[in-house]
Amino acid sequence: MLRFLARRVALTIPVLFGVATLVFSLIHFIPGDPAQAMLGDSASPQDVAELRARLGLNRPLIEQYGRFLRGALRGDLGRSLRTDQPVTTAILERMPATVELAAAAMIVAVAFAIPLGIAAAAWRGTAVDHTATTLSLLGISIPNFWLGPLLAIVFSIELGWLPVSGRGTWAHLVLPAISLGAALAAILARMTRATLLEELREPYVTAARARGASRARAVVRHAFRNSLIPVITLIGLQFGAVLTGAVITETIFAWPGIGRLLIQSIGFRDYPLVQGCILLIAVTYVGMNLVTDLLYSLVDPRIRFE
Amino acid sequence: MLIAIVAALFGPVVARFDPAAQDLARRLDGPSATHWFGLDELGRDILARVLAGARISLLVGIVVVSISSVVGTLLGAIAGYFGGPIDETISRAIDILLAFPGLLLAIALVAALGPSLTNVVVALSLIGWVGYARLVRGQVLRAREFEFVQAARALGAATPRILARHIIPTTLPAVTVQATLGMGGAILAEAALSFLGLGVQPPTPSWGTMLNGGRTHLLDAPHLTIFPGLAIAVLVLGFNFLGDGLRDALDPVTRRRAC
Repeated sequence: MLRFLARRVALTIPVLFGVATLVFSLIHFIPGDPAQAMLGDSASPQDVAELRARLGLNRPLIEQYGRFLRGALRGDLGRSLRTDQPVTTAILERMPATVELAAAAMIVAVAFAIPLGIAAAAWRGTAVDHTATTLSLLGISIPNFWLGPLLAIVFSIELGWLPVSGRGTWAHLVLPAISLGAALAAILARMTRATLLEELREPYVTAARARGASRARAVVRHAFRNSLIPVITLIGLQFGAVLTGAVITETIFAWPGIGRLLIQSIGFRDYPLVQGCILLIAVTYVGMNLVTDLLYSLVDPRIRFE
Repeated sequence: MLIAIVAALFGPVVARFDPAAQDLARRLDGPSATHWFGLDELGRDILARVLAGARISLLVGIVVVSISSVVGTLLGAIAGYFGGPIDETISRAIDILLAFPGLLLAIALVAALGPSLTNVVVALSLIGWVGYARLVRGQVLRAREFEFVQAARALGAATPRILARHIIPTTLPAVTVQATLGMGGAILAEAALSFLGLGVQPPTPSWGTMLNGGRTHLLDAPHLTIFPGLAIAVLVLGFNFLGDGLRDALDPVTRRRAC
């Protein structure tokens, strides 16, 4: 187990290194002079030269890269161009809001998806299955940047039940969480249905039925338990999609998280902050994938020997 | 989906209004017999703009999927067939790009390159090939051991010929399914980037840009939001249905179960 753990962690290091390199390169993808682009065309040559010096853009590329990597390892990602606040502080201030939204979206997704997936598999080929499958396809096809405003039109504007934007009470969380969790719910429901159908074909389910277990008991107590492993893995792997979706959902509902900070920073051409947000989201995603892999190997020992 | 394709091809011909023509006196008017989807914040006909937006969406989908699938298939086939350091290099590049969730890298690239339709296509293609490469690499690893491939090798066929005539064709069913689902993904991604203000710029009619414009009028003119979103959902749903259907039809396991 320890060898597997060490090998899996070791495989993550080059990926993190590659992620940091790509994020560093972003500023150099900017056409022309990045400092000029950040300050706009009306900036004086002196201001542009000052910013170039401040960001270290006048130093050799390899030195800039070394400084970026050393800073990233220490948690120092520079300062915001607009507010002069350290990038790490700005991101950490917004982190709780994003974590809260992502967690709520995942809870919403699991609460909808698992019963839907079980029902679709248990009543395969019936109207229940067709309804569940259609709902899942709709969930995948309806973009959250449309679902969010639709929910706001119905539940905030027409019915007046929930606030349309902002963060504070649980009521503020409901619409963003549903909007963000819907696509994940759809993917999870499809996965639950597919894995449960696989399990229902296994001989141990037939044996349980032969021993007199009811159909419901065979599905829930026997097949469902074993079908959970890939579903849990998928939940972990979909965390990245939730983080990206949060960028859009936070923008729609004025939710003060990292996603909204990222889009605002792009608008202000605050590239150190943009780099910081992208790096943090990507590193969190890599970390979540690692944790999911490790948990999976704990649950299913066969993984360790592959 | 067919409606969207017809709309993209013939929309500008059949539309009764110019998607750019403004009627400021009647701005934000709701759906009526004259303007079926109503008018937007500048008094432009929303139906005409939705029809014109279909062109942008399908164009982005087709270009992104074409570039991604060709590049991804070639790189995946090369990685899987040759193995060794070539495979290592391509696989590490795949790992690094997969370390960025979904749209995030596209957002980052467009943020650096600047918002435009071309940059959206560049960004989505740069991340799009990865899925195809991973899929094809796995398929080629298996296909290169097939007897007919070994026979071709034994007969002295050149590597490019083996890849082009014998190996890559075995991956095409899976690539076709991925490309169909990828069309939906690319259309959604373009709309998401445009919605965030990072894609197609106004006044060009794009469904994402139209949704972004509708955000400020949720209270007084919800039709600005409803129709472009409906167009996206219907088109993406169509591609997802088609992709699912193709997968079922091309997957021998599913086909056997259905029988």
